[in-house]
Amino acid sequence: MSQTQFKNPVVKWVDHRLPIFSMVNHTLHDYPTPRNLNYFWNFGSLAGLSLVIMIVTGIVLAMSYTPHVDYAFESVERIMRDVNHGWLIRYIHMNGASFFFIVVFIHMFRGLYYGSYKAPRELLWMLGVVIFLLMMATAFMGYVLPWGQMSFWGATVITNLFSAVPFVGDSLVTFLWGGFSVDNPTLNRFFALHYLMPFVIAGVVILHIVALHKFGSNNPLGIDMTGPQDSIPFHPYYTIKDFFGISVFLTIFAAAVFFFPNAMGHPDNYIPANALQTPAHIVPEWYFLPFYAILRAVPDKLGGVLAMFGAIAVLFILPWLDRSPVRSAKFRPIFKIFFWVFFADCLLLGYLGAMPAEGIYVILSRIATVWYFAHFLLILPILSVIETPRPLPQSISSPVLGGGGAMAGAAAAPKEKA
Amino acid sequence: MRRFLITLSALLFSAPALAAGGDAKLTHIDWSFNGPFGTFDQASLQRGFQVYSEVCASCHSLEYIAFRNLADLGYNEAEIKAIAAQYEVEDGPNDEGEMFMRPAIPADRFPSPYPNENAARAANGGAYPPDLSLMIKARPNGADYMYSLMTGYVDAPEGIEVPDGMYYNASYPGGMIAMPQPLYGEDVEYADGHAAEIADHAKDITAFLAWTAEPELESRKRIGVASMIFLLLMTVMSYFAMRFIWADVKKAKA
Repeated sequence: MSQTQFKNPVVKWVDHRLPIFSMVNHTLHDYPTPRNLNYFWNFGSLAGLSLVIMIVTGIVLAMSYTPHVDYAFESVERIMRDVNHGWLIRYIHMNGASFFFIVVFIHMFRGLYYGSYKAPRELLWMLGVVIFLLMMATAFMGYVLPWGQMSFWGATVITNLFSAVPFVGDSLVTFLWGGFSVDNPTLNRFFALHYLMPFVIAGVVILHIVALHKFGSNNPLGIDMTGPQDSIPFHPYYTIKDFFGISVFLTIFAAAVFFFPNAMGHPDNYIPANALQTPAHIVPEWYFLPFYAILRAVPDKLGGVLAMFGAIAVLFILPWLDRSPVRSAKFRPIFKIFFWVFFADCLLLGYLGAMPAEGIYVILSRIATVWYFAHFLLILPILSVIETPRPLPQSISSPVLGGGGAMAGAAAAPKEKA
Repeated sequence: MRRFLITLSALLFSAPALAAGGDAKLTHIDWSFNGPFGTFDQASLQRGFQVYSEVCASCHSLEYIAFRNLADLGYNEAEIKAIAAQYEVEDGPNDEGEMFMRPAIPADRFPSPYPNENAARAANGGAYPPDLSLMIKARPNGADYMYSLMTGYVDAPEGIEVPDGMYYNASYPGGMIAMPQPLYGEDVEYADGHAAEIADHAKDITAFLAWTAEPELESRKRIGVASMIFLLLMTVMSYFAMRFIWADVKKAKA
């Protein structure tokens, strides 16, 4: 930590006993950040903002929500109608979940494209996957709370997956439900856990940031910073850039909340839960669709569940599957092609997850599922051996080979702003 | 990079389209409450309320709407009290421990036509007339669907057998609906003298139910427009602030 000298005597007195000002100064000012980050590096701070939005609106919603099968649906409608601006809080929370996932998906694809998971950032990446898993659990349980038709039947379908576990499956499902079907005990525990999980996520986010600050951000070139000429202080350069990103994000988010609040939801969830009437198509929220497609692609129940969890588990070992020493796809011509094929594969899986499991869709989801796993388990390991990467630039600030390009430039470090 | 964003937006905008799939025929109407500046037509809501009271209310409840909410339709307090007083609601227990009936007040919600679901089913050949408060939000393309359903009663096509107690509606998924045709035109004579064809009835009841589903719609859009102006200004200003702060870094590069 730097030897910061504060002028204000109160600040000095406090900092001597409790070094919060040094800490803030260290994380914002002294923290060296690559000078060449592009807009895809905005999505980390956007994800953090999304988490804060979700926690704040969620706590306010919990003040008026009743977690009981007889009152949950009505209490949500009361929030929508009788609580002052309750509709706004609820629509922010509801759409906030979707936007949180959009942001995190972009954040993850950015990591995949620029090799942000490679040494020395393996744990940073793995903590991110943990956050993603926790987010999925939280979102799933949150979707159950309004106790509409999709809440109920989604909960029934997903919790039933655990019955595929050999020997203890049925007992496990009974344990999860707190009874013999999805009912009041299920709703109660989902509410309790849905309130708890975001704080667990916040804890892991802190670890994620600690791990990030150890080596700093990766960058579009995927090479390490070699000296002060490659970096700029986080503040004010990236604080203002993040603020600009947040403005754009909030504009799009607000457009959805105010003008299309139900576009990403399902109409059936405005029908109160009815255990005697199954909806024609039970579909999960859009952000689960790729995983749902993988689940349904495997003809065996246990196999499908394993494949679905495997699709996330494979991300944990990704740093050891892709052994290429070059991080950024910029310098990996073949990897770059496969990255975009993989991206298209994920979109295709998302589309297939929304389609009924019949005819051509089944065949396509099997192909797409096989490709998903082949990308990680075959293509990446093979590519790290056979691919010849393009030559890397000397440093972030020195001219890129062949000259030109946005990154080329003089070595002069910009003067620091107060 | 740009490809990334284009595909992403394609994904986003295809999702609602996928969810809205269905085989029933829909008539698309240019509703006054569509679009970012859309508002309700109060006269149409009042007529729709009349259609609800005179036709729908005999079977369908309106659980989430209280009489006080009718202020949104342009009724004043005295009118709302008068409307409420036409309904009887159960209250109690009184000091003797008995439940009793009394005229409704603005704070009461619309009473349900049946005491419970079983009674509703018994009175309707086993079918349960659903609550209408959220109907427009609970169906894909709710408003168009409601209008199409109200005007979709036709003779069953050749070769389709309509069982007893069922009716054929071209806009209902599957075609067979347990609800007999509710609107024929002319059966509700509008208080404001507006033309009362079946299309008028269907439009007005749809507008009314769009309001019961989203009573916040007008203030939502109004706040939305103000928010967009604020956020767009914030975006422009933060963009130029960013350019200003980054100027020396960019210059060092050039």
